[in-house]
Amino acid sequence: MSEIDRFVDQPVNWLRATGPESDVVVSSRLRMARNFATYPFLSRLVPAQRDAIIQEAGEAVKRSNFLKNAYFISSTELPELDRQFLLERHLVSRELFLEEGKSAVAITPDEMVSLMVIEEDHLRLQVFQSGLNLVEAWRIADGIDSELEKDLDYAFDGTLGYLTACPTNVGTGLRASCMLHLPSLVLTKQVHKVLQALSKLNLAVRGLYGEGTQASGNFFQFSNQITLGQPEDEIISNLEGVIRQVITHEREARDYLKKKRKAKMEDQIWRALATLKAARMMSSSEAIQLLSLVQVGIDVGVLKGQVTHADLNQLSLLIQPAHLQKMNGKELGSTERDTRRASRIREYFTKVIL
Amino acid sequence: MICNVCGTKEATIHLTEIVNGQMAEVHICEACAEEKGTEFKTYFNFGDLLAGVSGLEKTLGPSGKKISLVCKDCGMNYEDFAKNGRLGCAGCYTSFQKPLASVIKQVQRSSCHVGKKPSRIPSETHSVHDLRQLQEKLRKSIQEEAFEESARLRDEIKQALNKLKKTKRPKSE
Repeated sequence: MSEIDRFVDQPVNWLRATGPESDVVVSSRLRMARNFATYPFLSRLVPAQRDAIIQEAGEAVKRSNFLKNAYFISSTELPELDRQFLLERHLVSRELFLEEGKSAVAITPDEMVSLMVIEEDHLRLQVFQSGLNLVEAWRIADGIDSELEKDLDYAFDGTLGYLTACPTNVGTGLRASCMLHLPSLVLTKQVHKVLQALSKLNLAVRGLYGEGTQASGNFFQFSNQITLGQPEDEIISNLEGVIRQVITHEREARDYLKKKRKAKMEDQIWRALATLKAARMMSSSEAIQLLSLVQVGIDVGVLKGQVTHADLNQLSLLIQPAHLQKMNGKELGSTERDTRRASRIREYFTKVIL
Repeated sequence: MICNVCGTKEATIHLTEIVNGQMAEVHICEACAEEKGTEFKTYFNFGDLLAGVSGLEKTLGPSGKKISLVCKDCGMNYEDFAKNGRLGCAGCYTSFQKPLASVIKQVQRSSCHVGKKPSRIPSETHSVHDLRQLQEKLRKSIQEEAFEESARLRDEIKQALNKLKKTKRPKSE
């Protein structure tokens, strides 16, 4: 799997912390669901139809200016470890491999765009951006969609819009989401208040790895809930508006911590660093939690210039189970992974002096 | 969106869960959420919830017996959809139009798409889409009390409707 191996040492572009508001918003993602008019949805597909869809999608990808250099990978070429690896990089979803039968994914070499073929819908296009940049993500997704539709007939109804396998996606088929890091709101125990206020606005809030997981390490994913009855740009500007308010709350909470709870904050941050520098074994969840505290350290100015958000974002990814195993070149047991994770983290933090 | 549990209050909490490979989307009001516990660890069965939605009741005949609704394009049963929340094909939206309308009403804001459309669609679909955009604009302008604009849009809609009737047989609402 040379194509995927190429990603192993490549930093993820949208984790570079270069985008707008990247002290709070890690990344923006836009997902678009489309189905071919001529084939039934996933649950009624026979193997020959799966092959035909993958074939047609592959040809449309080749003709697209945006996607022509993308790696087009069939699920049959992907061992379990590679699937897990792509999942950790958010380039595929669990649903893509959930069902028996062939599926595929096209990934651009810079990993900013992925097109999943035969997920819950025939096509799921994903576009990533660093920081709060849904507008740019939509511009790119819209462009790619317009290219692909030149070759493909989509299931579309004059009243209901783009038809999807699940009625929760019908209409625009659009799910815009942003990953927010809200440690100060969590530490000041205000996050629930904010989330409660948000829930009145028909938005969904989820954990780091999207659907089906609890929020971990102070990371929260915010996304639109409604796909029908609002044009795409309105969905995006509404979500952005709400996220801007959350950013303000997070920064206020950060200022409060800096001014009123400085000693306690610093204690927590240095303790986290000490553990990261010393531990011989560490689970993913403990690492994410501690690294989140180090990010707070950067924001409140405790760790001036010694570590950066971009580095920590990358490190958080590199210590995920499949990444550790890909870098090792073979599978590892969970004890071995915890040991390697700890050593990788220690290595990174050698430059930080306690 | 209406609460999936009590079916009366406005849902303010939206939750997606995957358990054993099955996805459930749940929309609940604050009162029910409190009752269910804030951790949401219990698995809500999407099918059970959908089954409680008024849409499925409409498939009951006058004698109270279930009339099985089958998609004429792919042969899927409406009950299968109620179990896993996934439709079989684009045609299901037409075959299950009535019960689906109330499902859509519960999970979405409106029943009418506004926004992008593909460049390659039949002209009738195109006209229907344009008409819906106008109707949505009218709804907004009435909300904003822009009466001149509303009057203009109403005329435009009338024209669009006439055009639609002339070109093709009128499509049921």
